Amino acid sequence: MDLIVCIKRVPQTAEAEVRVDSSGKDIVKDRLTFDMNEADTYALEAAILLKEKFGGTITAISLGVADAEDTLRIALAKGADSAVRIKAEDFGELDGFKTAALLKEVIKDIKFDAIFTGCMATDDSYYQVGPVLAEMLGVPHATLVSKVEVSEEKVRVNRELEGGLIEHLEMSLPAVFAVQTGINEPRYASLIAIRRAAGKEIKILGKEDIPVETKTNSTLEELFVPPVGKRAEILTGSADEVAARTAGIIKEKGLI
Amino acid sequence: MNFDLTNDQKMLQEEVRKYAQTELAPLAPEIDKSGEFPWASIKKMAQLGLLGVIVPEQYGGSGFDFVSLAIAIEEISRACASTGVIVAVNNSLTTYPIVQFGSEEQKKKYLPSLCNGQKIGAFGLTEPNAGSDVAGMESTAKLDGGHYILNGTKRFITNGGEAGTFVVFAYTNRELKHKGISAFIVERDTPGFSLGNHEDLMGIRATANCELIFEDVKVPKENILGNEGDGFKICMNTLDVSRIDIGAQAVGIAQASLDEAVKYSKERKAFGQPVCNFQMIQSMIADMATQIQAARLLVHYAGYCKDKGMQRFSKESAMSKYYASDIAVDVARKAVQIHGGYGYSKDYTVERLYRDAKILELYEGTSEVQKIVIARELTR
Repeated sequence: MDLIVCIKRVPQTAEAEVRVDSSGKDIVKDRLTFDMNEADTYALEAAILLKEKFGGTITAISLGVADAEDTLRIALAKGADSAVRIKAEDFGELDGFKTAALLKEVIKDIKFDAIFTGCMATDDSYYQVGPVLAEMLGVPHATLVSKVEVSEEKVRVNRELEGGLIEHLEMSLPAVFAVQTGINEPRYASLIAIRRAAGKEIKILGKEDIPVETKTNSTLEELFVPPVGKRAEILTGSADEVAARTAGIIKEKGLI
Repeated sequence: MNFDLTNDQKMLQEEVRKYAQTELAPLAPEIDKSGEFPWASIKKMAQLGLLGVIVPEQYGGSGFDFVSLAIAIEEISRACASTGVIVAVNNSLTTYPIVQFGSEEQKKKYLPSLCNGQKIGAFGLTEPNAGSDVAGMESTAKLDGGHYILNGTKRFITNGGEAGTFVVFAYTNRELKHKGISAFIVERDTPGFSLGNHEDLMGIRATANCELIFEDVKVPKENILGNEGDGFKICMNTLDVSRIDIGAQAVGIAQASLDEAVKYSKERKAFGQPVCNFQMIQSMIADMATQIQAARLLVHYAGYCKDKGMQRFSKESAMSKYYASDIAVDVARKAVQIHGGYGYSKDYTVERLYRDAKILELYEGTSEVQKIVIARELTR
């Protein structure tokens, strides 16, 4: 199977202090660490597991600035065969739509059986790239994918819904799968694989290679930390007092 | 002059950090308490290639350089000091002397199982009555036909209780003094070999630190490393390499201490504000960060000297080990100080880090021995 994995390098914000920068449209990034978007690590692993089972190739693609090459090299070390960076610095403001449009321009020239993306990126949480890319390529897609089983030309897919429900689909290939976190156990790259990947060439595509006019279909106006809500009640006092008051509130609201 | 890590070193650092912080750090307090040797982690690290970092690929290793090994040891130790030294001993005290001084047959026979996690290695040098004074060792190996008959006791052996392959030092000719010491590869299941006391240590408590007892152990003649009398040279050269990794372990422990101290100082409030606002806390944090950076550069430089093929790098290696150990103890102490009374409680990581740090000034040559090495190089 020939597989494509779309990967984004994102700031690790889960446990960091996040501040909005002076433009009001981005966050202060100089003290944040960057890594492969979490859901993308599961998408990559899903592709590697299929390649191990059926053979074939994996192409990893990232739309990002030069640092994204570090993340692509990790993908190469884990099992991707080739990697492409689309120069984000050439394309100005991006949103989910424009990202998908640029990915499509690159992917349309590559033979593929399936494309894996993370279901969302942790930095902008658009949840768009997978489905929009599928529509642009004219192939089916599934989002929030929690299981992918391939047999011959059919794929059995589970999707994770709210309320603990699982939706089971049967799909045909080629298709796009936007993968949920937790569906497998992403591997670490071994040292030997790292050494081999370190010297591999990464194909870099810029504006001159992707001569299409793409526009975002939304404009980021402002990024802000919401003010503390008035309905929040901060409990003070000793641990016992706070615990007693908490229990009281839960009872008052009829939660137990 | 270039301070940048290479692509593969950067990737190794990122990937080992991720692995260590995700999988080793949560186990660190548990194995500190139980003293259990972390075999499951060792098997996983074998898969990642962390047990044979500098071993050439044809013997099952990862084929990286010594700066890379130091980076890996720092990251592992930052998450768990016990696991850090277990891995350091396997890499620089066991596989390294075999790579450097072993015959082709020895490399083929012993390196793959030390790299793939089937066995872990240990280094039998220290004795109950001989630590810094290597030539004061009492163990002997007498040639008898096709075997050396090994007798003696080794003490404070990291990995000792769990190791399968040992590099052991003993006198083959006492009259020649240090030139009569030889090095041997000894397998655990050799008759006459047994384990003595398990040490109940203050820190690095999960390292199976144990006494080794050799009673008429028949070591095949072909298991000698190099030639008879090469032992002292092998030992000194090996320690030059391994001290870089103890320096790296020290930097890892110190970095973990700083991480904890910074986090706590931003959370803990006193007199109506986070304690990180107070100048005396800031002074400690600034000192800690500067000390760590200086130590890390010394460690990387010592590794660089080895990678460059410098024949003598004893001074650089001793400096990195001496300075990094010294500051690790100091940085861990300051981290406890910043935590106040909580830092003295086992509920906080810095309590363990302070205990783990102290060994750095003692093993693989005390700080005093490092100073002797440095001063001798300058005055010879």
